[in-house]
Amino acid sequence: MSLLQIKDATLKFGGVVAVNNLSFSVNEGEVYAIVGPNGAGKSTVFNLISRFYQPHSGSFTFDGQDLLQRKADQVADLGIARTFQNIELFDHATVLQNLLVGRHRHRKTSLVEELFFTARVRREEIAHREAVEEVIDFLDLQPYRDKMIAGLPYGIRKVVELGRALASGPRLLLLDEPASGLSVEETQDMRWWIDDIRKQMGITVLMVEHDMGLVSSVCDQVLALADGAKLAEGTPAQVQADPAVLEAYLGAGAV
Amino acid sequence: MRILFKTSYNDDIRLFPDRWVLLVYGALLALAFVLPLLLDAFYIGEVTNVLIWAIAGLGLMLLTGQTGQVSLGHAAFLAIGCYSNTILIEMGLPFILAFPLAGVITGIVGAIIAIPALRLHGIYLAIATIALSVLADDIIVLLDPWTGGVSGKFPAMITIFGLQIERWTMPVRFYYLVLGVTVICTLFYRNLLRSPLGRAFAAVRDSEVSATAMGVHILRTKCKAFGLSCMITGWAGALMGYYAGAFNNETFSLVISITLLMMIVIGGLGSIHGAFFGAVVVAFLPQVLSILKGAVLGGGVAIPGLETGVFGMILILFILFEPMGLYGRWLKIRIWFELFPFARKDMFRRQKSYLKTERLR
Ligand SMILES: Nc1ncnc2c1ncn2[C@@H]1O[C@H](COP(=O)(O)OP(=O)(O)O)[C@@H](O)[C@H]1O
Ligand SMILES: [Mg+2]
Repeated sequence: MSLLQIKDATLKFGGVVAVNNLSFSVNEGEVYAIVGPNGAGKSTVFNLISRFYQPHSGSFTFDGQDLLQRKADQVADLGIARTFQNIELFDHATVLQNLLVGRHRHRKTSLVEELFFTARVRREEIAHREAVEEVIDFLDLQPYRDKMIAGLPYGIRKVVELGRALASGPRLLLLDEPASGLSVEETQDMRWWIDDIRKQMGITVLMVEHDMGLVSSVCDQVLALADGAKLAEGTPAQVQADPAVLEAYLGAGAV
Repeated sequence: MRILFKTSYNDDIRLFPDRWVLLVYGALLALAFVLPLLLDAFYIGEVTNVLIWAIAGLGLMLLTGQTGQVSLGHAAFLAIGCYSNTILIEMGLPFILAFPLAGVITGIVGAIIAIPALRLHGIYLAIATIALSVLADDIIVLLDPWTGGVSGKFPAMITIFGLQIERWTMPVRFYYLVLGVTVICTLFYRNLLRSPLGRAFAAVRDSEVSATAMGVHILRTKCKAFGLSCMITGWAGALMGYYAGAFNNETFSLVISITLLMMIVIGGLGSIHGAFFGAVVVAFLPQVLSILKGAVLGGGVAIPGLETGVFGMILILFILFEPMGLYGRWLKIRIWFELFPFARKDMFRRQKSYLKTERLR
């Protein structure tokens, strides 16, 4: 059963057609990758799902609900969490605080209760903390718990951002280039994590990735995108062998 | 070196992380309690002034330091707090109700004004809020029947359960009142910092895009920040009215707004300590300057704009050399001692932050 379904989505920025009549669907429990050259519109697809952009046409359905009825801040409540291509963390806060913001959609207490820090707020805080600690254990972030983001190396920030998304307890995880800028070892870690996220946590993953090694090792389905339109879709092997994809990547004449 | 050993999640949640910190702040509070025994009435008045500025600083800090929204309109909220407290008492409400209510009213007005204002960002927001400071003056004059207009008003007498408090004749009682409000405001601030709303404030400050993706409603969160900030500012305003002894349309001017903003930048944005450090500077700078001026030039020489000039200069120096403010400087000194002799010269060099290109907005 498909968890996320996108039909005939189109988005133009002035004259640029960033997403062109695109349809695809992601099944519950699978890892789905979007690949394509720079400027193909991959991040734009994510921003459409996050409701940062309003599509000109098309339908977006998540678990039977119309995504277009939601505002950007109501998407998290459905159980959709994401990371950003250019890491968007809260730089002047600690790793722990960043992860706790991931719990925001689960908060139950009101402003007045929080002002007086009632017993209920304390109980909730401890519950949030326990959820976040599970993520910290899963991603081996223990040494960085109380460190400010502003002083952390790039590779760790990428992991923290993944952690923040996981802390929200999502059903669908959107990862925008999770391995870009990572070393070979870090990419290897990312690969195990994505595998475990799907297998142990049962979270569906939709990711944008350039590293074909990573894509073919963890993904079930791949969508190749060029100029905002679908080029090919299928298993990693099928897509890699597709003549249209080869042409887009290697240029005309190479085939 | 001091080593923290945490054994429960409560260790990170409770007000004082460990016994040492509890001891330090306990001692500080105890000192504040016995201070009237140690100082004469004049200096108690000065300390009261510092505390009032610190409350106002906490108010603006919540908005600017915590949520990242600049306001040059907070003098207007000081005025709303001051006038509504006085008017409520004149209407017959006891101080113990009128005072909290004055803050709540200021907070509600602030949250309503915030709805259109907070659609603006950065410098545009600063300019829009300047208008607030300027408008407040005119509105106070226009509302003459309630506010006394240009001729102003005297703050209404404080009576708490039969106990009278007056700033001039009973400075010690007034000091304890201000101290109580300071402690309550500081506790509110701390409580916010350790709950979801405080984290949402920081999230909005650092990245609106990812805050939204985490389910934070940006405008609503900013409005809450503005409202809470104005509530604390309103209380500070009411106390300022008592401290000044009389007030009119010119008491809460744009200069006060600017001073407040400078104060929290010099003290250190984003921290409770910063509000207090900044308040000490603001409250004592005029005295220090006049003593210095007297020593250098002899008495009787007036230099117009000296205070403002020196203040501006200090601000520029801080922004250039210590953007973390006095509190940042203090942290560095403390860490140096805690790590002694392992501190290295480049430890605090700021890390290059990664370029954020292609941002969503
Ligand atoms: N906010 C925007 N305004 C204008 N053009 C944009 C915007 N966001 C993306 N684009 C354009 O849309 C196209 C797709 O961009 P993007 O989705 O970021 O590509 P990528 O596949 O590399 O992630 C590019 O041509 C880009 O210039
Ligand atoms: Mg991209």
